Amino acid sequence: MVKLLEVKDLYVSFFTHAGEVHAVRGVDFELKKGETLAIVGESGSGKSVTTKAVMGLIPKPSGLIKKGEILFEGKDLAKMKESELQNVRGKEIAMIFQDPMTSLNPTMTIGKQIMEGMIKHQKVSKDAALKKTIELLDLVGIPQPELRVKQYPHQFSGGMRQRVVIAMSLACNPKLLIADEPTTALDVTIQAQILELMKDIQKKTGVAIIFITHDLGVVANVADRVAVMYAGKIIETGTVDDVFYNPQHPYTWGLLASMPDMDSKGDELFSIAGTPPDLIAPPKGDAFAARNPFALKADFELQPPMFKVSNTHYASTWLLHPDAPEITPPDAVLKRRNLRTKAGENRGK
Amino acid sequence: MENKKVLVEVKNLKQYFNVGKGNTVKAIDDITFDIYKGETFGLVGESGSGKSTTGRTIIRLYDATSGNVIYNGEDVHGKKSRAQLKDLNRKIQMIFQDPYASLNPRMTVADIIAEGIDIHGLAKSKEERMKMVYDLLETVGLNREHASRYPHEFSGGQRQRIGIARALAVQPEFIIADEPISALDVSIQAQVVNLMKKLQKEKGLTYLFIAHDLSMVKYISDRIGVMHRGRIVELANSDDLYANPIHPYTKSLLSAIPLPDPNYERNRKRVVYDPTVHDYSKEEPVLREVKEGHWVLCSEDEFSKYKDEYKF
Repeated sequence: MVKLLEVKDLYVSFFTHAGEVHAVRGVDFELKKGETLAIVGESGSGKSVTTKAVMGLIPKPSGLIKKGEILFEGKDLAKMKESELQNVRGKEIAMIFQDPMTSLNPTMTIGKQIMEGMIKHQKVSKDAALKKTIELLDLVGIPQPELRVKQYPHQFSGGMRQRVVIAMSLACNPKLLIADEPTTALDVTIQAQILELMKDIQKKTGVAIIFITHDLGVVANVADRVAVMYAGKIIETGTVDDVFYNPQHPYTWGLLASMPDMDSKGDELFSIAGTPPDLIAPPKGDAFAARNPFALKADFELQPPMFKVSNTHYASTWLLHPDAPEITPPDAVLKRRNLRTKAGENRGK
Repeated sequence: MENKKVLVEVKNLKQYFNVGKGNTVKAIDDITFDIYKGETFGLVGESGSGKSTTGRTIIRLYDATSGNVIYNGEDVHGKKSRAQLKDLNRKIQMIFQDPYASLNPRMTVADIIAEGIDIHGLAKSKEERMKMVYDLLETVGLNREHASRYPHEFSGGQRQRIGIARALAVQPEFIIADEPISALDVSIQAQVVNLMKKLQKEKGLTYLFIAHDLSMVKYISDRIGVMHRGRIVELANSDDLYANPIHPYTKSLLSAIPLPDPNYERNRKRVVYDPTVHDYSKEEPVLREVKEGHWVLCSEDEFSKYKDEYKF
């Protein structure tokens, strides 16, 4: 498969009164056509900043891409001028935001908002744009699109609004869709509908998706591959099965173990102690070391490289070094390894 | 559970909001349930189902349209003297969803926590007041140095701990937690839930835990009520509810939860709830006990159908 997007050694900083915040500190990843990559991490881990850099939406002058390349079909977005970026943004790469209410203009009909991008980027006539808009609304599952196209955002429910936002992002047939927590504000049943819709659209149009979320259940549902971010770095990446059934980094362990299991009811939930580090002065070594009960001495001193676990699976922890001592991961992680082998048997009912 | 004492009785509670032009929203439409002393009662449902309104009406933030809330034998919504109301407000406390909006940014942490202590006159001297604040901070896993700081200096998880300390300050018996962890990161959610469980054990607290995150609700709750459109459609022991959901709405809600297990996700089939399956033209549905402790909102016909299906 062809590489659509390649991010190489990306560094993004913000300049605040308190000092320089190193929000993204050397991120590498790639995305193939038609693939879904999920980026997981807590607030402040740099997942949104990374994708904003891809969209060229880092606010200036407070923010800056310090280093690195963002190759979209071979062209480096990081070095593009604003005028060139405008031809990419909304056309080749589209974005879906978390809150469907604030990403729609309350004073414009939804039809007008969807058509706006089409008329600007594709230079189509109004009639053609309207026709396409009605098709799009139909595609995203909005009943009576001819009627709804003339309505305003407040006449739609939360789930319906998010469908409108998705229709809007698809207006110019983008090659890449960045979805930043698109279902976080929605109820579980509506969330399930939106996730099904996005997978369906991907099947029909072959669009690649970067999905940002902190909900690991959603990740397991939509992702082909996963990248786990912590303190501005990707600390583990692999296929969804690699990361969920054979996690390697203690932070990934912590994330997976702190979610309560549907079929177990323990006394105490596993929790990651402490809070994420201050990115004004990021720690040397593994940024997670201070919260990591399994940390080795080396983790505090030296940044671990990405160790290869398999052809698709990489993790950045000194525990994977051949000389590292054997440790026993938490029970929840051991349980996951077994899940892989007998997956689906007893839970799929 | 039989020998347990009922702490809160909610009886035929209704809460209607007037939305103008003679239209009313039936936010809570005739619900009845009990909360036992020392248990955690979970309330789940989608937005607009009335779960938060239920919490707020129980604590009398809203005046109920009709029905009663009996707390320890005393009607919360009945006519009360100031002293009686004050006493009740001390026993029932609330923890809110948004740790950013629920703390006054212009007050120090000590003043936020001690506000209840001052109002109820629980401290005899300044020294005692500060000692209580320090103890509370330590109880929720913060330091005494934090007392003189302001809310903006804290992270979301720490703020929620301050919110918990504030609720605990007046030594309540019953805490209503309205989505206390929804705004927090996964790793922090676990910390707060562990803290709430620990405090319950130490102080014998009773919780009403309102949330839409069903896996967390199951983990923390002893019994769960599922709300839909202002009514409780199913009420059962939490393990029982998840293992044997009966009402079609509960089934659809449970089938919609994504779990962190890719293989399960590939095979998960979502059940869609269709309200037209119920025929309530002849009779209004009521909560009926299908199995001991497992209540479902249903008509007479459905009741016998559910009973047939629900055999062991």
